[in-house]
Amino acid sequence: MSGFVRAAGAEWVKIRSVRSTVVTLGLFAAVALGLGWVVANGFSAGGPAGDALLPVFFGLLTAQLVLVTFAVAAVGSEFSTGTIRASLAAVPSRGRWFAAKMTAIGVTVAVAALAVEMAVYGLVTSVIGDDAAPLTEWWTIEALLGGWIHLTLLSVFTACVAVVLRSTVVTLSVLLPVLFLSGQGLGNLEAIRPVVQYFPDQVGMVVMHMTRPGDPQFGRDYGPWEGIAILVLWTAAALVGGWLAMRRRDV
Amino acid sequence: MIEVRNLTKRYRGGTAVDDLSFTVEPGRVTGFLGPNGAGKSTTIRLVLGLDRPSGGFATVNGRPYASLERPLTAVGALMDAGDLHPTRSVREHLRWLARSNGIGERRIGEVLEATGMAGVARKHARTLSLGMRQRLGVAAALLGDPGVLILDEPVNGLDPEGVVWIRHLMKGLAAEGRTVLVSSHLMSEMALTAEHLVVIGRGRLLADTSTEDFVAAHAGADGGAASLEEAFMRLTGASVEFRSGSGRSGGVR
Ligand SMILES: Nc1ncnc2c1ncn2[C@@H]1O[C@H](COP(=O)(O)OP(=O)(O)OP(=O)(O)O)[C@@H](O)[C@H]1O
Ligand SMILES: [Mg+2]
Repeated sequence: MSGFVRAAGAEWVKIRSVRSTVVTLGLFAAVALGLGWVVANGFSAGGPAGDALLPVFFGLLTAQLVLVTFAVAAVGSEFSTGTIRASLAAVPSRGRWFAAKMTAIGVTVAVAALAVEMAVYGLVTSVIGDDAAPLTEWWTIEALLGGWIHLTLLSVFTACVAVVLRSTVVTLSVLLPVLFLSGQGLGNLEAIRPVVQYFPDQVGMVVMHMTRPGDPQFGRDYGPWEGIAILVLWTAAALVGGWLAMRRRDV
Repeated sequence: MIEVRNLTKRYRGGTAVDDLSFTVEPGRVTGFLGPNGAGKSTTIRLVLGLDRPSGGFATVNGRPYASLERPLTAVGALMDAGDLHPTRSVREHLRWLARSNGIGERRIGEVLEATGMAGVARKHARTLSLGMRQRLGVAAALLGDPGVLILDEPVNGLDPEGVVWIRHLMKGLAAEGRTVLVSSHLMSEMALTAEHLVVIGRGRLLADTSTEDFVAAHAGADGGAASLEEAFMRLTGASVEFRSGSGRSGGVR
C-alpha cells in the first residue's frame, strides 16, 4: 500500500471517529431537507419550468454553511487539539499529509452532498408532484450535478483556507460573512457585483440554476459550466496556498 | 541511535537551541535534563521534523526523520500527552496512527494491554485523567514497535504504580537494545532510570556523560550525600531562567 493511501486511510479514521462529524453532517441534511420541504410547500406552479428546482437548492444553499463548518473543523481541530504534531510525526511528508487530508474531506463531502442532494430532490419532488423538475430533462440533471460539484469544491476550498489560517474559529469568521453575501444580497449591488459575482458562493447560485444570465438583479456574466470552471480555479488556488503554508511551517 | 549535530533554533524571542550536538546511543536509557525553557521539547520537535532548524541537523538511525517511509515503526515519540481530540476514543486514536503507518489492527490491542489502557479503550480522550493520557501517549509511542523511543516528560501525572511501571518499561526497552531518550524534571526518578545523561541549559550542552560520573563530578562537594538533584542544581544554577522566590529574576538573554 502506498504512503498516500495509508495517510488518506488514517485521515478517514479521524473524520469518522469524532462527534462533530455526525453533528455537522446531520445538521447539513436536516437544514437542507427542512428548508426544501418548507419552500416546496409554498411552491406554486406557473412560472418557468426551472423554478421547480428552487425549493431543492434554496435548502442546499443555506445548508452549505453547515457543510463548510464540517470541512473547516476537520482541519481546524488538528491545530486546536495539537493532533497536528502526532499527524506530522506519523506522516512527515507535508505534501502527502495535506493531500491525504484534502482527499478524505473531499470524498466525505462528495458522498454526503450527493446523498443529501438526492434526498432533498426526492422530498421536493414528492411534495410538488406533477410540476416537479423531471430527471429526464437535461437542465435538471445539469443543476443537480452542478450543485453537487459546487458543494464538494466549496468544502475543499474552505478546508484549504483553514490550513492556511490554522483555526476553525478564525476561518469561519472570515468565510461565513463572505458566504452569507448571497443571502444578504450584496452580490446584487451594482457597484461591487463585477467582482463579487466571482466569489465561490455566488458562483454556486449560478451553478445551481438559482439565477439566469440576463436577469437584471440576479443575473451574472457567466453560465453554470463556466461557473464550475471558476470554482475549480478557486479550489486550485486554495490547494496551492494550503500546500505552500504547510510546506515549511513549524507545528 | 539519535544524532544531533550543531542544531540551532532561533525564534523571534531568542535562541531556544544553540549549536547543540550530542548522540543518543542504543542499549541504555538516556536522561534529557535541563531547567524549564532549556530547549528540550524544542530539540525533540526538531529531531521529529516538526520544526525546521535554523542551523545544523538531526538524524535517527543515520537518516533525517522526514525521510523515514513508515516513521512510527522506527521512532516512537511522546510529546504532549494533551495532544488528543476530545471526542475521539482511545482506540480510535491508536487506530488512525496505526493506519497511517500500515500497522496491523492486532497491535492496538497489544499496546492497550501493555499500558493498562484496555479497560478504557472506548472512552473519549476528554474524559481521561492526566495519567491515563500519559499512558495513551506511551501506547502510541510503542505502536510501531520502534527501535528508538523519545519520551518528553512521560512520568508527569502517573501514580506511584505508574512511575514504577514506566521506569521498568524504559529500562526493559533499553535492555532489548533500543535507544531511549527521556526528558524529566524528577531527578530522583532519573537517577533510578537513566544510565546516561544529556544536560542542557539555555539551549546549550552542559553535560553528556554517565549518570554516575555526573553525580561524582558535580555533587557531594560540601560533604553531604551526593545526589543527582544536587549535581543538577549546581551545574544548571547559572542557566536557570525561571527562578521562584527571592532570587534574581531570570529570563534575560
Ligand atoms: N514556537 C515557539 N515560538 C517562540 N518561542 C518558543 C517556541 N517554542 C519554544 N520557544 C521558546 O524556546 C525555549 C525553549 O522551550 P522548550 O519548550 O524547548 O523548553 P523545555 O526545555 O522543554 O522546557 P520545559 O522543561 O519547561 O518543558 C523557551 O524559551 C520557549 O519560550
Ligand atoms: Mg518541555
